[in-house]
Amino acid sequence: MKLTVNGNEHDVDVEDDMPLLWVLRDELKLTGTKYGCGIAQCGACTVHMDGTAVRSCQVAAASADGSDVTTIEGLGTPATMHAVQEAWVEHQVAQCGYCQSGQIMQAASLLFENPEPNDEDIDIVMGGNLCRCGTYPRIRAAVHAAAKKLQEV
Amino acid sequence: MGRLQTITRRSFLVGSMAVGGGVAFGTYLAQRPLPNPLETAAVDGEVTFNPWVLISPEKVTLITPHADKGQGVASSQAALIAEELDIEFGQFEISFGRPNPAYYNTALADESLPFMSTDTSLVAESMRSVLGGVMKILGMQSTGGSTSMTDSFHKLRYAGAVARETLKLAASQQSGVPVDQLKTKDGAVHMPDGSSLAYTELAGRAADIEPVERVALRDPSEWRLIGKPMQRLDIVGKSTGTIVYGIDAQVDGMLHVTVMINPCKGGPVKSIDDSAAKDMRGVNSIMPVTGGVAVIADNTWRAFQAANAIKIDWGSAPYPDEQDDHWKAVAQSFTEDRLDETWRNDGDVSAAKGETVEAEYRSPYVAHQPLEPMNAIVLVTNAGVEVWTGHQMPLFLQQQVAAVTGHTADQVIFHNHYIGGSFGHRLEFDYLKQAAEIANAMRGTPIKMTYTREVDFAQDFPRHISMARGRSTIEDGKITSIDLQIAAPSVIGSQMGRLGLNVPGPDSQISAGAWNNPYSLENFRMRAYRTPELGPTSSWRAVGAPGAGFFFDSFLDETIHAAGADPMEERIRLMDHDVSRKVLEAAAEMSDWGAPLEPNQGKGVAFVESFGVPTAEVVQVTNTNWGIKIDKVWVACDVGTLIDPVNFENLVQGGVIFGLGHAMNCQITYSKGMAEQTNYHDHEGMRIWQTPEIIVRGLENGDKVRGIGEPPVPPAAPALANAIFAATGTRLREMPFNKFIEFV
Repeated sequence: MKLTVNGNEHDVDVEDDMPLLWVLRDELKLTGTKYGCGIAQCGACTVHMDGTAVRSCQVAAASADGSDVTTIEGLGTPATMHAVQEAWVEHQVAQCGYCQSGQIMQAASLLFENPEPNDEDIDIVMGGNLCRCGTYPRIRAAVHAAAKKLQEV
Repeated sequence: MGRLQTITRRSFLVGSMAVGGGVAFGTYLAQRPLPNPLETAAVDGEVTFNPWVLISPEKVTLITPHADKGQGVASSQAALIAEELDIEFGQFEISFGRPNPAYYNTALADESLPFMSTDTSLVAESMRSVLGGVMKILGMQSTGGSTSMTDSFHKLRYAGAVARETLKLAASQQSGVPVDQLKTKDGAVHMPDGSSLAYTELAGRAADIEPVERVALRDPSEWRLIGKPMQRLDIVGKSTGTIVYGIDAQVDGMLHVTVMINPCKGGPVKSIDDSAAKDMRGVNSIMPVTGGVAVIADNTWRAFQAANAIKIDWGSAPYPDEQDDHWKAVAQSFTEDRLDETWRNDGDVSAAKGETVEAEYRSPYVAHQPLEPMNAIVLVTNAGVEVWTGHQMPLFLQQQVAAVTGHTADQVIFHNHYIGGSFGHRLEFDYLKQAAEIANAMRGTPIKMTYTREVDFAQDFPRHISMARGRSTIEDGKITSIDLQIAAPSVIGSQMGRLGLNVPGPDSQISAGAWNNPYSLENFRMRAYRTPELGPTSSWRAVGAPGAGFFFDSFLDETIHAAGADPMEERIRLMDHDVSRKVLEAAAEMSDWGAPLEPNQGKGVAFVESFGVPTAEVVQVTNTNWGIKIDKVWVACDVGTLIDPVNFENLVQGGVIFGLGHAMNCQITYSKGMAEQTNYHDHEGMRIWQTPEIIVRGLENGDKVRGIGEPPVPPAAPALANAIFAATGTRLREMPFNKFIEFV
């Protein structure tokens, strides 16, 4: 099947039901997207499919066929970071960092849908993204900061 | 013992010239013959080689051997070296280095000693020095016990200073300018005429001269990095998905592996039927591994799928099948023959007069469950072994892997990685031994083994369960005695036992967080009882203190309430340690303790000293129609010196959230010998919508630099329970609290 990831088209030969997560990680070697729980409980595998945040561990490869997939690597690079990534750096959000790809993808999606979220909006939308290190206060602050950045653009 | 320890400093320098075209600097931490217990400065005498600075003509590399599992020590270690070396972030690279006895952790011994951290007497300091020497001999390069900064603070700054002064000497020889007219800045030596020589340009010459060993460390007033906000070296990588964790590492030709291991931990395998799995797409092979079975495939998910299709008949666990029987074993341990140690026996509790308060407490098994599941890449050849993963004990890793593959430890090359959380899990070796066993059967082929989350839960060695029984007396509004007994299996015994090590003497962690709080109680007895080993357990963030600290502080709170005293004022009155009292006073001031609250609100305070860090937390809750809502938390603690205030705040907030979340809703329970909790849906911790505002203040009155990874965790649970009591009148004596109350 053909998958478009970060603007690049890939021919992949996988089972229809292989989760997109494992196509990304093991077939395309895009390891920024993380495996955490496999059952949509942690959000570490969050990517965008046609602009919407999805848990890639729950998306069958076949259903991503023909969609535009964006991973953390496609959101921005160290040299050209997305506003959300810049805010994450400025607020020094990460500790272990393993959940942060998913947090950032979820936050970018939130800000696309709701450019000026309040704390409650953030808590609702980010509630499915687990951070075992407990960086939540900084995640809230960074989402607000990213919202400001995006409005200034 | 590694090779470096047996060769001379000189030959190492020559050797690194030959190999890398550069120069390596070490520091020479000398130890006079004991017992000079207070010696910390570098003096003449027996030396060990500690290489932390490597300069080649191309670049400066700082070695940061303490493992970074999210606490930011890669950056903090580099900052300590860079402070004295006069080089800025962005001008050097870091390397986690290779396992070596030179990186022994001098500070870890402190917590295993029967002295309170607040005890700086000659005897206590002497024992710490002796055990620090033992650590050196054992070569126990390890990260744990919140010791990285304590261990590193002097020796890494010294490493930077030695390198700087030697580079100045090299520059002087090259330029003819006297050393005292040279200055260093931005990774270069600067001449009076404005010209400069980069450290990299001086590497060759510096390698030919004796390192300048007698250097003075800078006064704190001159620090330009320490104590200032830093941008962590890993922060861009962790915000862009480009940091490579062990699970992300790629080795050419590797196959993907997963295992199914008996969830009755340590139990036998009775039969394996892999008929439905072996012909599944992508499956390379299926093989037995100690305790279970491994699937080798061309993709992790395919390995997972095949593993789930294998039918296995598991034998029973070597510990009680049912959780009730675990509790019974602990409850039956409050007997003379199980007495592990009487840690405190101040005054005479049996003679104390007054009204009696009695209570019993419980702390459950809790899982580590960092978000990066256990994983390792291992390649075994006849010549040696290579391992790619993240681990906190590199030297033991080499030994454990070598024992599986039949190599010698120094034939095991370990590539350490940034770790996606640990909380103690990355001190364990079972997953590594399984990966080594599989790779050994497939010599020449690298295998990447990844646990499913479910296997990770099933194979986790949780925090130990424990119980406490308290009896106190009150008279005339004052506490007249506290007599606390704590019973638990020994987590240190379980953990070290898996390494084949026998740790003699009592296990201080059974009651760490209880006996060592520096209160002055007229009559205070603290006895610890050792339950014979039940299920395997392991160090969980802050080890003994989250359980025992919950017991002690909650019972203190109950007793204070029974006496009719104010929880904050009474703690401050009883505190017999200036640094700790200031921590309590700061928490009182920050939280505006005593200010009026709504009728359905309550504030609770808790104080627990762990890893030498006195920590006070105040939690405010509101009892709503939908359950308890945590409104706000205030934290004050004292680490002596703040290395990076931003990272410090992040770690404290995270530690509070970790402590609160697990106290609210996490436990591991056994049924049929297996953990009943299989994934995050039933061992959740805190979510962002439950997270309160957390105000943090770091004090710097302590005389020793301390780490902050663990100390914020223990006071969180008792502060929450005390706040819930204040708001509702309900006293919670068992974690997790959601067994008894609802949280919003």
